[in-house]
Amino acid sequence: MTEPLVQLKHLSKFFPVDTDLLGRTTSLLKAVDDLSLDILPGEAFGLVGESGCGKTTVGKMLVNLYTPTAGEIWYEGRNVASLSARQRRKLCCGIQLIFQDPYSSLNPRMTVGDIVSEPIRINNLLPREQIADRVGYLFNAVGLSANYRNRFPHEFSGGQRQRVGIARALAMQPRLIVCDEPVSALDVSIQAQVLNLLSDLREEFGLTYLFIAHGLNVVKHISDRVGVMYLGRLVEVAPKRELYRNPLHPYTKALLSAIPVTNPAQRRKRILLEGDVSSPIDPAPGCRFASRCYARSGCTSCDCETNMPELVEVSPDHFVSCYLFGSQDNGSRLAPRF
Amino acid sequence: MDWPTAPAPGTAPDQPSESLIADEAMALGEVLPAGQFPEEDETFHEKPENQWLEMWNALIANRAAMVSLFFIGFLVLVAVFGSYLTPYNPIETNMANTLKFPSAQHWFGTDQLGMDIFSRVIAGTRVSLTVGLLAVSIALTVGVILGAIAGYAGGWVDTVIMRVMDMMLAVPSILLAITLMAALGKGIDKAVIAIGLVSIPEYARIVRGSFLSIKENDYVAAARVVGNSPLRIIFRHVLPNSLSVIIVRGTLGISSAVLDTAALGFLGMGVQPPQAEWGDMLGRARGLIFQAPYALLFPGMAITATVLAFNLLGDGLRDAFDPKARVK
Amino acid sequence: MTDDMLLEVRDLTTDFEMKRGTVHAVIDMSFSVAKGEVLAIVGESGSGKSVTSLSVMGLLQPPGRVVRGEILYKGKDLLALSKHEMRDIRGNHISMIFQEPMTSLNPVLTIEDQLTESIRTHMKLDKHAAAARAIDMLHLVGIPSPEKRIKDYPHQMSGGMRQRVMTAIALSCDPDLLIADEPTTALDVTIQAQILALINELRDKIGMAVLLITHDLGVVAETADRVVVMYCGQVVEQATAAQVFERPMHPYTLGLLESIPTMEDTEVDEPLYMIPGMVPNPLNMPRGCAFAARCARRMDRCVSEMPPLYAAEDRKLRCFLFDPEAGEEARS
Repeated sequence: MTEPLVQLKHLSKFFPVDTDLLGRTTSLLKAVDDLSLDILPGEAFGLVGESGCGKTTVGKMLVNLYTPTAGEIWYEGRNVASLSARQRRKLCCGIQLIFQDPYSSLNPRMTVGDIVSEPIRINNLLPREQIADRVGYLFNAVGLSANYRNRFPHEFSGGQRQRVGIARALAMQPRLIVCDEPVSALDVSIQAQVLNLLSDLREEFGLTYLFIAHGLNVVKHISDRVGVMYLGRLVEVAPKRELYRNPLHPYTKALLSAIPVTNPAQRRKRILLEGDVSSPIDPAPGCRFASRCYARSGCTSCDCETNMPELVEVSPDHFVSCYLFGSQDNGSRLAPRF
Repeated sequence: MDWPTAPAPGTAPDQPSESLIADEAMALGEVLPAGQFPEEDETFHEKPENQWLEMWNALIANRAAMVSLFFIGFLVLVAVFGSYLTPYNPIETNMANTLKFPSAQHWFGTDQLGMDIFSRVIAGTRVSLTVGLLAVSIALTVGVILGAIAGYAGGWVDTVIMRVMDMMLAVPSILLAITLMAALGKGIDKAVIAIGLVSIPEYARIVRGSFLSIKENDYVAAARVVGNSPLRIIFRHVLPNSLSVIIVRGTLGISSAVLDTAALGFLGMGVQPPQAEWGDMLGRARGLIFQAPYALLFPGMAITATVLAFNLLGDGLRDAFDPKARVK
Repeated sequence: MTDDMLLEVRDLTTDFEMKRGTVHAVIDMSFSVAKGEVLAIVGESGSGKSVTSLSVMGLLQPPGRVVRGEILYKGKDLLALSKHEMRDIRGNHISMIFQEPMTSLNPVLTIEDQLTESIRTHMKLDKHAAAARAIDMLHLVGIPSPEKRIKDYPHQMSGGMRQRVMTAIALSCDPDLLIADEPTTALDVTIQAQILALINELRDKIGMAVLLITHDLGVVAETADRVVVMYCGQVVEQATAAQVFERPMHPYTLGLLESIPTMEDTEVDEPLYMIPGMVPNPLNMPRGCAFAARCARRMDRCVSEMPPLYAAEDRKLRCFLFDPEAGEEARS
């Protein structure tokens, strides 16, 4: 059994929203709440959810842009929090991030060549003479001609800028790349190019991806396993085909049915959710989806509103957090382990 | 895990894989399959764009700003070569020649001590420009550092720094300057320090505001992710993007500094007599407004013209830096 | 042409005079919207679709300028109207909702203020009648407890709700035509589904015509009756929605549809189809067909000549492949 590359153990991130006169927090935004997840080396894990679900926050915690409020992150079998400063530096080389917005993720005052070479320079990864070659190599790897290394970001289109962002992420030869919605800001025809590029790079360099997206359709082409988040919690995790063929959690089903379909032969009845996404600020106890859940009438032992259901393995590798599937006392394993 | 295809140094291929280059090249019109494409199909301009050049071109188009720039250039020349340009010694008194109306010998007339006003105005240029530039330099340096730290660090550091700045801003700058001068004593060098200190909060606030908004950009987060230290991020990533704001404010700040210098001089707290300084000249000639208006007119015009020039230049720079204002 | 034709645009051409040259944002565009139908204008960035809607509404700002063409609303040419007359048309007859509901609503006014302002301007109702109508409109767009929510400020509402409020404001004066410029792009998928269902419902219930501007073909599939596909300022395909999705004919439309990640169940992962290359620089448009550089079926004449809009099989196509005089070999 392969050792997971990354393990997220009961990870939480809360942001204080309101404080009283004495400085104590009175209102808490629970962006991520007790999330546990393993990512295996070489796999692409798709993390999907709508706005406010916390998926971007998870990504940012992985690259240390946010510090977890609770829980642990383990990388290559070691707890990140217990690493020394120097080991943490090496960790930074191991996990990198591709940003969503190609228009604000590149420093407008730096040439794209500098942007891509900076990680190499400041971490002294290569002797100076070799840096130019490596930059050229990286440019070619993402489909850009190395002749453009002295141009500025505003001279490139959105798709090309995103390629520069990918080259920057590759510069440190990471093992894991967190792709934070890398194609949402791009035109449809460019999306396909970038998605294919990411697939090719994964094969060529043996990368592992945490692919964050807001649509199940985008994630489908590139993921091996998919996790669905709602308001800070993982509600379902399964291998890709299993999730699409056999979605269990009511939210997953609604998400799948909401995707507009262009093939007239595939039209089906839509599940329309009532109301809006609830607020992650001071959420009610119990299942976060309970207030919008359309399947509650079918649930006999429903404790939804008072108790949060745990992630339970319902069929091999298919985990759901819902009382409709598997009760808590049948001995099922609670968190994804391999 | 090793990268299986990492090349040995010096042997990196400079061509990407075939399918990729075909796509990219086709779009850029570089590769012409079977010579079918018109040559004009290119995505990039002839040479890389230079943002400073763009800004310069936009500035040239602004007539008021260009006139101001030339005038300031002229002032700088006067300040530097002033001693060769003065027909008379600016501090030489001549009690036989007091309060003479402007004439061929004395273009601006003479003051109550018989000193040639024209020469004194020229000599005063050096004082005003020097104090203005030096004071702003001090204020900018300190203000930028404080604003950068406050804006980037946030939290209590930000609070402490900005509250101190707020306290300084609560007092009108001139009063503060006067108080400082009272403590430091009179003299040009003290004036530089006083005016410099008093101007710091303004720059700190501007820079902090600029940093706060730039910090939101993803490229700052990206800089952290690739391992930049906070100091490097401030100086290499955020500051260069605030430069336009700083330059504009600094230019406008010079005009304030010139005014402050004149104000201090007017109150008798700047230069020491008999040195020439525009504000001082105004102060001395206060009571002569009906007798000898020229004694007030010429130094006053000098102050006004200088302040106006820096203001117009500052406005022009602001417009030139704003890309939205560049559409025809 | 007929009484049924609400909006008829003929040969619309809009230019942007930039320092580096002139950008032809829209070139010779013609289309029409009939009563009660949903027409979708589809294109990616730089296709000119938003500029088209702004030109129709008279909201174009310099350096943009309508160079020629006719925009006939119920027979009247909107381009010939005075500013005052145009203001009367806007809101009353033709209404618009925008992409960013976050910034389209005034943050310091309540929903009630913003709704009733529009109602009172165009319908000359008094305060109470206007307030009552406002609550009706909120009800129509599916906002729960409208009497309570009407006192809210925009920041107290979510993105989906705000978009519904925008729609209510747009509909408050009974316009015949609603122009929706990327109404769901900024919204989550589940909320998008709700808004699209709303548009369909409105079309069925009150017979409203919609000009839908979007880059998302999925959205088009769910709501549109007819489709106009734009590329680099020109119409490249014009057909009914059923025709376009069952059998896209123009190479660009084909490429666009193929490159969308679908939910089809496949045993093996295939790479996504992608249209190679990029949209050409608008300041440096190629001489012939704008899509030629990226077209897999490019012929010699495509590079040097601009294809006109051919009529083929009940639709319009701008492609030499469908030149009736070229014969069968062209279509192989």
